[in-house]
This record gives sequence, C-alpha cells and structure tokens, in this order.
Amino acid sequence: MIKKYTYLKEVPNSLENGETGLALVKYLILGILFGIVFVKAEVISWFRIQEMFRLDSFHMYGIIGSAIVTGIISIQLIKRFNIKSISGAEIIIPKKEFRKGQIIGGFLFGLGWAITGACPGPLFAQIGSGFTVVIVTLLSAIAGTWVYGRFSDKLPN
Amino acid sequence: MKHFIDWLSQPWPWYVAGPLIGLIVPALLILGNKSFGISSSLRHVCAMCIPANIPFFHYNWRKETWNLLFVLGILLGGFVATTFFSNPEEMNIAPQTQAKLAELGITDFSGLMPRDIFTWEQLFTAKGLLFFIIGGFLVGFGTRYAGGCTSGHAIMGISSLQWPSLVATIFFMIGGFLMTQVLLEPLMRLVGP
Repeated sequence: MIKKYTYLKEVPNSLENGETGLALVKYLILGILFGIVFVKAEVISWFRIQEMFRLDSFHMYGIIGSAIVTGIISIQLIKRFNIKSISGAEIIIPKKEFRKGQIIGGFLFGLGWAITGACPGPLFAQIGSGFTVVIVTLLSAIAGTWVYGRFSDKLPN
Repeated sequence: MKHFIDWLSQPWPWYVAGPLIGLIVPALLILGNKSFGISSSLRHVCAMCIPANIPFFHYNWRKETWNLLFVLGILLGGFVATTFFSNPEEMNIAPQTQAKLAELGITDFSGLMPRDIFTWEQLFTAKGLLFFIIGGFLVGFGTRYAGGCTSGHAIMGISSLQWPSLVATIFFMIGGFLMTQVLLEPLMRLVGP
C-alpha cells in the first residue's frame, strides 16, 4: 500500500477539479499547435537528430536552448508576479527527486533517441506526418514503458 | 492569404520554433496547472489498456486525459502541417552528415525521414527490428526509468531549475552521442543494406 502511494505521488499532472468535456479541448488545440511547430521546425526529422549528435548543425541546440531560456523566464515571471492559473489556483511545479534512473534510464533513452530520431513527442508528429510505420515504434515504446513498470521494483533506483 | 501560406511553408528557423516550444511551459501551467511532459502519455496508455496487476499502472488515469488529448493533438498537428504547409523544397541537411549517412547506406535525403528505413516494407526485416522495435523500446523504457523525456526533463525540468533534470538531460545526450558516433555504424552493418 505504501508503495502504491509513492507511485501515485509520482503521477504529476492530475486535472484540476471541474475540468471535463469541453474544458479539455484546449489541450487538444495546444497539442495541434505544438505538432505544427514540431513539423515546421523539422524537430521530428531523423536527419536533424543525426546532425545534432554529429555536431554538424546548430539547429536543434538552438531550438532546445531557446526553449529552455523561454521556459526559465516564463516560470520566473509566474513566480515574481504570483500569476495564478485561469481557474484562480496557485501554480504548482512538482519537484523532481534525484534517482539513479535519471542516469541509467536517461542513457538508455538517449540510445533510443538516436536510433528512432524521435523523443516521445515527435513520435506522434511523425505518425501524423504520414510516416505511419512509426505506429510500430510507438507501440514498442508503450511496451517498453510497460516492461519498466513491471520490473521497476527490481531495478536500481 | 497565399503569401501567408507560402511563408508558413518555409522551414521555421530555430529562433522562432524554440521560443514557441518554450511557451508551452507557461501555457500549460496557466491553462490548467499542468507540467509539460509527453512520455507520461505512454504510461497512461498502459494504465488504461494493460494495467495487469502492476501497482505502477494503478492510478486514476482518467484524471490524466488532458495529456492523452495533448499528444493526440500533436499527431493531428503533424498531419495539418504536412498536408497544408509542407515545405516544397528538399530538406537542407548538413553535407558532413549526408556524407556520413551515405557511408551507412542512407542516400535518400528528400523527406523528413529517410525513406531507406522508415517504410512498412522494412517492418519484418533486421532494419525494422533495430529502428522500430529496439529503438522504440529503448525510448519507452528509458524515458519512464528516467522519469521524463526531452520535454519533461530537458525543457520543463531545467526551466524550473531542477538539477536532477539537468543530470537526466546530460545522460540523454551521452546515450545519443554514443549511439550515433560509435554504435550506429556496426549496427547498420549488422542489419544489412
């Protein structure tokens, strides 16, 4: 039971109360906009990921770097001006605890990122862009997630 | 209107796309107190469809529906961008990368993804095993073990100045460099042309 509770704590982003039906459409729209940016900036391209890991292009470093800078500034502004969510709630950012998984799992994900040319977000956009065989990659990623869940208590963490 | 579509159809430079991607962080926080993260959607699918008896998948996934809608949106966005504002030109890939990939037998640089690999014909080949099955598995297993992916750790985590996310991101990069620069060549030789 205790174990169950720690897992529950780890699920970060539950819905705010009252968010059902139409209120959820905003996340779909945000996703669509995001998918468009992914394709137009060629973030979903296997070739761009290769360039990044071969240090042959600045493109991906520029994107990730400027996204982080934008994120840092935004979060600082939210904190400084105590900006609330549209439902009036205090904005909460879950704390990420350090675990060995960030090293081992992070490394394994890095290997997969270079093979598939995609982190989980771009996988969805690749499918939408017509590379339908990536559905298989996505299913395999879901299988990988499941296997992690199945053996998580036996892995170093 | 035509000008606008033409303009949209150009590939967007990093200094436009990067800040737009970064803005997703405050957008999700302000719209609904959500932390940006994508790999958790894979966990929600497990919790929804195949929880078995695994405590890791026993939680109220219905409260995470927003995340599933968000990734569905990303898929639709990919379709919209490709169908309506697709770049008519070939991609402009660094010549050094092209040369290295040609040595590995990847020679079609016309699309966003190499057509030598990412087609259904490759599914039941050794190449398919490597690029779809093993690659996908590593993405799913690794991100969940790390507790996040490029969005949850590299963007959301570092943006909120959390050092464990920086550690995770460094190891994402180490894995990626090792695969690309050292392992990919022998693996490609193994799976054949």
